[in-house]
Amino acid sequence: MSDVVLRVEDLHKRYGREEVLRGVSFTVRRGEVKVILGPSGTGKSTLLRCITRLTEPDRGRVWLEDVEVTGRGVDLNRVRASIGFVFQDFNLFTHLTALDNVRIGLLKVKKLPKDRATRIAMEQLERVGLAHKAAAYPAELSGGQQQRVAIARALAMQPKLMLFDEPTSALDPELTGEVLDVMTQLARDGMTMVVVSHEVGFARAAADELIFMEGGRIVEQGPPEALFTRPQHPRTAQFLKKITALYEGGGALKDER
Amino acid sequence: MDVEGLLILVKSLPALLQATLVNLGLLLGLISLGFVVGVPIALLQVYGPAPLRGLALAWEGFFRGVPALVLLILFAYLPPKLGWGLEPFTAAVLALGCRSSAYQSQIFRGAIQAIPQGQMLAARALGMSRWLAVRSIILPQALRLAIPGWSNEFSSVIKDTTLASAIGVVEVFKRASFIYQRYYELAMPAYLTVALIFLILTYGGNWLLGRLERRLAVPGFQLRGADARTQAQAQAQAQARASTPAEVAR
Ligand SMILES: Nc1ncnc2c1ncn2[C@@H]1O[C@H](COP(=O)(O)OP(=O)(O)OP(=O)(O)O)[C@@H](O)[C@H]1O
Ligand SMILES: [Mg+2]
Repeated sequence: MSDVVLRVEDLHKRYGREEVLRGVSFTVRRGEVKVILGPSGTGKSTLLRCITRLTEPDRGRVWLEDVEVTGRGVDLNRVRASIGFVFQDFNLFTHLTALDNVRIGLLKVKKLPKDRATRIAMEQLERVGLAHKAAAYPAELSGGQQQRVAIARALAMQPKLMLFDEPTSALDPELTGEVLDVMTQLARDGMTMVVVSHEVGFARAAADELIFMEGGRIVEQGPPEALFTRPQHPRTAQFLKKITALYEGGGALKDER
Repeated sequence: MDVEGLLILVKSLPALLQATLVNLGLLLGLISLGFVVGVPIALLQVYGPAPLRGLALAWEGFFRGVPALVLLILFAYLPPKLGWGLEPFTAAVLALGCRSSAYQSQIFRGAIQAIPQGQMLAARALGMSRWLAVRSIILPQALRLAIPGWSNEFSSVIKDTTLASAIGVVEVFKRASFIYQRYYELAMPAYLTVALIFLILTYGGNWLLGRLERRLAVPGFQLRGADARTQAQAQAQAQARASTPAEVAR
């Protein structure tokens, strides 16, 4: 039990009349990688945001290790500082260089002295292969490079858990590889990760478990090979077949664009 | 205007220039006050809790809606009645400064709202408090975006400093009128000299602000800033100006 990093219990969220999350529960153990997939509008982004309460859930509970994130009087900023969040559209701070993007959390949130913050930030930039771009501004970086800096920014905080919300879906196909490589390496290094992604290759290579969501609920979850080869639910089968065709027979997708 | 008139004008030039220093003092005071008050007003309007937001809206509405001359007279004659004697200069800085804070607040509000929401989201996700995120992420970007709009406000209020003459501040406009009262035929040349002084000051100030903008420029940020400006900020400013009735020097 002690190695459970994240526990999500019966999360509910509605926007107006639309019930976006209808009771989502799962746990993530230390070093585990879970990949969440499902059709658009199913509540995957909402789920990730509810975990750190960037969006306030209506009902349900979330624990990060033994801290109840949804509990009263919890220090939310501290919780968030220990959960890395990687966004679909990177959200690098536009007025800061790559180095400052990675360093700012260490300086302003963790209040580290400047030399230590700089050292950690440079290490993390190195880790994503971008130490040589430390002085570049976001607009001077490609999408793939921006996303790698964003990953370094999250990693620098030494998070207990990393959340990725479709980290490659805003990228041109030829740039997804460099980001997925970084994520795969991260998974190998033992990082605990929850990744919303439809990248079949990554899911197969790095995920310990796939979670298929639809209509605000988890429809089915299990090891990737099991889900891909003998899904229990017809919707899962249908969806996985579709994205496999899109991503593995990638040519068709690229041509369509 | 004959040679003699020209001589009088040349001789009074030092006095005119000295009086211009009063205008510069008014400008510095009012624009700083407008900045120091305008930024919090903008922040309250965007991020503030309902009661404070209401207060910020009321402040902005009042100081943008009342003619500058009326404000000047209010600030010159009301405080003494309440037992608070104010120098005309101070009254002018307060009146015009509060007024400028209302206009400046809308420049900053437009700039703040032009920053994509993802910036705040990413800052909060890092564990920053709202206030820390505003200070270290939102404002540094918004203030850069605000420079062009702010140059506009600068060009406008620098000329408004002449309005202070209405409550007895002896600034350049008043000084020019002294000349004209004594030498009627020098009226036009004297006021043209004042016009020239303001042309030079406005041009010089905008040139400096242009340099500041380039100095603070962040690669790639300017372009998007320009986009955002044409949409959100120019619009906010147009609305701001449009709601002011025909008024002196605006
Ligand atoms: N702030 C919001 N206000 C109102 N409705 C929202 C808001 N955010 C999300 N929604 C709605 O909630 C539903 C789920 O959105 P969400 O972004 O979580 O889906 P998703 O599974 O991440 O989809 P995608 O694969 O397209 O990213 C959508 O129908 C969306 O319109
Ligand atoms: Mg999403």
